[in-house]
Amino acid sequence: MTISRRVLLGTAAAATTLPLIHRARAQSSPVLKIGVLNDQSGPYMNTGGATSVICAKQAVEDFAAAAKGLNVEVITADHQNKPDLAVSISRQWYDRDGVDMILDVPTSSVALAVQGVTREKNKVFLGVGPATTALTGDQCSPNFITWAYDTYMLARSTGGAMVKAGGDSWYFIAADYAFGKQLQSDTTDMVKAAGGKVLGSTAYPFPGTSDFSSFLVQAQSSGAKVLGLANAGADTVNSLKQANEFGVNKSMKLAALLMFITDVHALGLDVAKGLHLTESFYWDMNEGTRAFTNRVKSKTPNNWPNMIHAGCYSAMLHYLKTAHDMGAAEAKKDGVATVNRMKKMPVEDECFGKTTIREDGRHLVPAYLFEVKSPSESKGPWDYFTLVVTTSPDEAARPLADGHCPFVGKA
Amino acid sequence: MIMIFGIPGPLLFGQLLLGLINGAFYAMLSMGLAIIFGMLNIINFAHGALFMMGAFAAWMLLEYGGIGYFPALLLAPLIIGVFGIVLEKLLISRMYKLDHLYGLLLTFGLSLVIEGLFRNYYGSSGLPYRIPDILQGATNLGFMYMPNYRGWVVAAALVVCFATWAILEKTSLGATLRAATENAPLVQAFGVDVPRVITLTFGGGVALAAFAGVLAAPIYSVNPNMGDNFINTVFAVVVIGGMGSILGAIVTGFGLGVIEGLTKVFYPQASATVVFLVMVIVLLTMPHGLFGKRA
Repeated sequence: MTISRRVLLGTAAAATTLPLIHRARAQSSPVLKIGVLNDQSGPYMNTGGATSVICAKQAVEDFAAAAKGLNVEVITADHQNKPDLAVSISRQWYDRDGVDMILDVPTSSVALAVQGVTREKNKVFLGVGPATTALTGDQCSPNFITWAYDTYMLARSTGGAMVKAGGDSWYFIAADYAFGKQLQSDTTDMVKAAGGKVLGSTAYPFPGTSDFSSFLVQAQSSGAKVLGLANAGADTVNSLKQANEFGVNKSMKLAALLMFITDVHALGLDVAKGLHLTESFYWDMNEGTRAFTNRVKSKTPNNWPNMIHAGCYSAMLHYLKTAHDMGAAEAKKDGVATVNRMKKMPVEDECFGKTTIREDGRHLVPAYLFEVKSPSESKGPWDYFTLVVTTSPDEAARPLADGHCPFVGKA
Repeated sequence: MIMIFGIPGPLLFGQLLLGLINGAFYAMLSMGLAIIFGMLNIINFAHGALFMMGAFAAWMLLEYGGIGYFPALLLAPLIIGVFGIVLEKLLISRMYKLDHLYGLLLTFGLSLVIEGLFRNYYGSSGLPYRIPDILQGATNLGFMYMPNYRGWVVAAALVVCFATWAILEKTSLGATLRAATENAPLVQAFGVDVPRVITLTFGGGVALAAFAGVLAAPIYSVNPNMGDNFINTVFAVVVIGGMGSILGAIVTGFGLGVIEGLTKVFYPQASATVVFLVMVIVLLTMPHGLFGKRA
């Protein structure tokens, strides 16, 4: 793995990944080149990072691409959560390296930037990591599909369920940037629609905050029943750890609005027990998810797959099926045509079962609200979740008309 | 209920106390930096990484050796202190005759390498570290619910800060140290091994950072970037307190913690910036810092 630093290495990061390119066997059919672009050294390296790459490669293996005459190459780069760097990497990939599809791309601001480049070059962008609904809303693109989740789904599943369970007054602690604000406003809408109210909120500087005690004490004195955490990654872990320390979890219910199994692992069940969170994938859901996890976990023993990793597998597999169906040469030629074909074909894999893709590019999956087990309930490694309630794919996605995606209904 | 500036009194007192707790970390870290700068003239940018290593050392002692929090509080600073001594001997000692900038670049590079290595092996999500059983729970102070562990942090930090200050300012060992930085050849002529004194001082400063790291482990998640959030603020503390002034570092550390805490109530978005605002004002009016000696 490259040891790179957000601040200094800049575009050099793209160059360091070049040795990772491994040549596929020379065959007559054109090479499909896929670039996994994500955070491999910063706060989101465990929620996406190398495990996303492993899952994408697993899809190539499971599809038996080579045996089917499909020539596939997977390359990777670290975007360090910087939109400018991501734009220069994706331009280089499309223009010089002949990349056909970019996969993953967490961090909403970065994904919005890559969205623009992909549309301009008429390639394919399958977003799994980014959460913002803007990608399938007013910023939507015919070259794009979002896999596995978005902020609407999180707000609907976690927010909706908490209000139903009696948590009708809320206080928010939000990261002061696009994603935190979007998640807070989506959840606020959901709480109000369900008859609840919001008593207050705090926006803290992002990044650079590691002490949340002041905000937690303010939340506690607001008298609200539920504390909504509109943040992600290490920030969520720190705020929950400190909420536990200050006894906030005794006087309020905690809703981590974006949390992955990887974060639960970081917190430890001691602290995380009883928390409610939403994912669209859990490794111990059914036969299929367990079989998938068994195949990849030896390659990523300390970081089992979450919904982003599973989404990378599912998206990659579906892309390969489509490319095989339409022919690699056709798939390389026209990004919009490939994405349209992907939307028409039924999606099926072990991670999400049978699913569909909507016209605006939203991959429709059920959302699962999980409760985190206590240490005594957990029977083995990564045995962390109990399913509480399932939201159907249609309810978990924002209604098509509310997204105001310009090209919807005009195709 | 008493209202102060439109904020309920209890909430304000709570925030003042929380500010002091954060100030305890600032004080301990900036004291180490101030000692290293005062004695070695090195601007140690690796301080945040060494703080992080202290927290990781505590986690590793527990994970691989079954050694608990209190022994770790002693062992981790020792281990990381020795690591600091090795660093000083191998690399940093070569910088003394050069411009400040070289030391700064070297230690900055070192911190990137150290953090990168830890990220490679342990990821960036963080690792759990439990609060020791004896310090679990919280006490109701009337105006707020005070976790016992945070109380312990403030007490431990105050003791360590005061002890360090006393050693440097009130003992003969401290006098030797200070003399060695003022006029090394003369002190050497009296039979003191000055290079060794300097090496040990660096080790001591590093041990202080590691100690703060162990104290921080149960509160913040133990992750390779944990020093990053502190290091910028801590440098501001050292500059405001006066480069190289131990007392300045301690007083400013606690003071800025409180100012930051209050900002979190009145205008939370500015809480990361307020420290630098104070720095600008102090530098404009007192260029040598609050406690700095005039050159």
